[in-house]
Amino acid sequence: MTPKRKKRLTIILAIVLGSSIAVGLTLYALKQNINLFYSTTQVAKGEAPQDARIRVGGMVIKGSLKRSPNSLRVEFKITNYEHDVTVVFTGILPDLFREGQGIIAQGKLDASGIFQADEVLAKHDENYMPPEIKDSLKHKPAEVAK
Amino acid sequence: MIPEMGEFALILAFCFSVLLATIPLYGATVNNAVWMSFAKPLARGQFLFVAISFVCLAYAFSQDDFTVKYVAEHSNSQLPMQFKLSAVWGGHEGSLLLWAFILSGWTVAVSLFSRALPLDMLARVLAVMGIIAVGFDLFLLETSSPFLRLLPEAPADGADLNPLLQDFGLIVHPPMLYMGYVGFSVAFAFAIAALLSGRLDAAWARWSRPWTNLAWAFLGMGITLGSWWAYYELGWGGWWFWDPVENASLMPWLVGTALIHSLAVTEKRGVFKSWTVLLAIFAFSLSLLGTFLVRSGVLTSVHAFASDPKRGLFILVLLAITIGGSLTLYAFKAPNVKSEALFSWASRETFLLINNLLLTVMAATVLLGTLYPLLLDAMGGGKISVGPPYFNALFVPIMGTMAVALGIATAARWRETSLALFINTLWKPAAASVLFALVSAFTYGKEFHFAVFIGMFLSFWVIFTVTQDFLHKFNNANSILEKLSKLSLSYYGMMVAHFGVAVVAIGITLVSHYSEERDIRMAVGDTLDLAGYHFEFKGSTHVEGENYVAERGALLISKNGTEVTTLNPEKRNYNAQRSMMTEAAIDPGLWRDLYVALGEPLDNGAWAVRIQYKPFVRWLWLGGILIAAGGLLTVADKRYRKKSAVI
Repeated sequence: MTPKRKKRLTIILAIVLGSSIAVGLTLYALKQNINLFYSTTQVAKGEAPQDARIRVGGMVIKGSLKRSPNSLRVEFKITNYEHDVTVVFTGILPDLFREGQGIIAQGKLDASGIFQADEVLAKHDENYMPPEIKDSLKHKPAEVAK
Repeated sequence: MIPEMGEFALILAFCFSVLLATIPLYGATVNNAVWMSFAKPLARGQFLFVAISFVCLAYAFSQDDFTVKYVAEHSNSQLPMQFKLSAVWGGHEGSLLLWAFILSGWTVAVSLFSRALPLDMLARVLAVMGIIAVGFDLFLLETSSPFLRLLPEAPADGADLNPLLQDFGLIVHPPMLYMGYVGFSVAFAFAIAALLSGRLDAAWARWSRPWTNLAWAFLGMGITLGSWWAYYELGWGGWWFWDPVENASLMPWLVGTALIHSLAVTEKRGVFKSWTVLLAIFAFSLSLLGTFLVRSGVLTSVHAFASDPKRGLFILVLLAITIGGSLTLYAFKAPNVKSEALFSWASRETFLLINNLLLTVMAATVLLGTLYPLLLDAMGGGKISVGPPYFNALFVPIMGTMAVALGIATAARWRETSLALFINTLWKPAAASVLFALVSAFTYGKEFHFAVFIGMFLSFWVIFTVTQDFLHKFNNANSILEKLSKLSLSYYGMMVAHFGVAVVAIGITLVSHYSEERDIRMAVGDTLDLAGYHFEFKGSTHVEGENYVAERGALLISKNGTEVTTLNPEKRNYNAQRSMMTEAAIDPGLWRDLYVALGEPLDNGAWAVRIQYKPFVRWLWLGGILIAAGGLLTVADKRYRKKSAVI
């Protein structure tokens, strides 16, 4: 091989090697950090995995919010108007968290079917409905929302 | 009448852009000087009419003209005047008008400051920008006119601007960001013009450089401002969320960073030409993608607007035409481009190539993490989200490698550098960085973190190598002043920007490892000790603002018995939208921020309170400002001022 070709070959090998390492690392990191979304129905039917970080979304049922008296622990129920899931969270809820509004909780499902959230997301736009929740609401009977 | 005038002016601007997109381009193709010379007046005409349209919208806002739908949706009679004006770009339609306005501004700037440019080049550049303007003006007129009326049933008062956006940050953040996004259209136009004319040479790189650096500096400034705004206004003290919309602005910045480095090589050494063109195409395409992601409502994000899918489709088509068209042109023309020089492995060229590779890989990983959930969903693979750990896991090692390469590169010369020179130049800064990093990692904070050692090592490494390179220029100097003035502004710009990198790295390292935060329930008189500070909750009072009512808490902060300050975080309730807003209170400092925010009111006058101690958090934005300032300095370099292009 001429020196020029040799140099070219090294460049190509380096690029192939570098990009495969990059792709490998990327896929690995991606695999570790994907959070799947589940509807409350899937959770209630036991289709959601335990001990994996997942997202659950739904409307907060009015009157379901309970605060513990001397810590920041809160408990509330979310629904897609078919099945409910109880969510427990310790911390400060976002400004737009309100009963009757759609939220997404991120965290883990425990053995008793209660969702232990470490993050609660509510959207900044009042008219905005996260697409995940919109899809998981098949119908919206008004009496549940009230 | 005024809104109709605005709409009419926009239609006229569209007509001008159609002419600008065609006449000069035709003139350049058939080499007709008269047709080409239409470019400048058309660019000015277009700017004038977009400006009129923009002023009309601002006027409608200032006059509370709620018969205009866009004004009614984004303003309110109680809104303070400065926010009425910044509300012009507080929603979808207005921010697109701002986009078009800035685009016409860049176009006119190119026509004014490019006397050195040959007529056909200028004609082509302006025409390409005209083509972009055609797309955006059409988009505005077709799907998103801000001048639609709500007649005959106009509301008595407006729905108000989203309270999050009623802030100084919103006044400056979007225009800065758009200056950057749209500014890359100039680099793009130069690249396309060069491809069309077949003159991809050092002169082209020299013309393109100041514009690219300027756009890049604006974008960096915009991102920095956005991070700062999120820190104090979103209420929770984070400074980067890997939110898709943040990513959308980061990707063009990363590719833009690669572009300005690659342009430097192209100008100085005549190599990497086709790569540079490709980067210019990608930087602008990613800016368009950013606009698409933010505006189409496909993303679940803090910034996402509920909007109309027709708009998303329109931008998607625009994006497809831009990328498809320019890459096709590239495929036909790029193989003819020949490099003018050779270089060896151990050379400055190689290090700039490494810089480019790493930055592109970073942009690609961000792109993947941002788009993967969308693609998977579109293919029916379920709803997922990609969390910050993904981005951190990839970003941090690549950033680290970049910093190492940056330091080594200061020793590299063009064409070839001997190994001995590398070792001789670099062993001292390397040893000093290890020493300083060890000392700082052991002395700062309560415990030793290996990650802090690495982070500090990289920061010191960059600082020492860059400083050494600067001092090197003084060898054999007669007088320091003489030498100082001899170094070009471009060199100073580079130095300042690279220092900025180190400053950001210090900020990230320390704030990530030594921040302390607590969310606790505080009744009147309750106290908390955090990071050596003593916080006492003094209760809350009711206050009334111009367009909101608020509960204002008071926290007395002391250290070792002496009072530091009293912070007054607020929980605001905005009258028009009845929406709650957290207004954090911050005691800023170069070495640490104290950050308190009110959560929710609990019973008996108690509050959920978030208290944070953030060491070196200001360094993030300080570094961001330095990086952008470096970019601005290079633009002022006088070699770009010369009337004729000397090669």
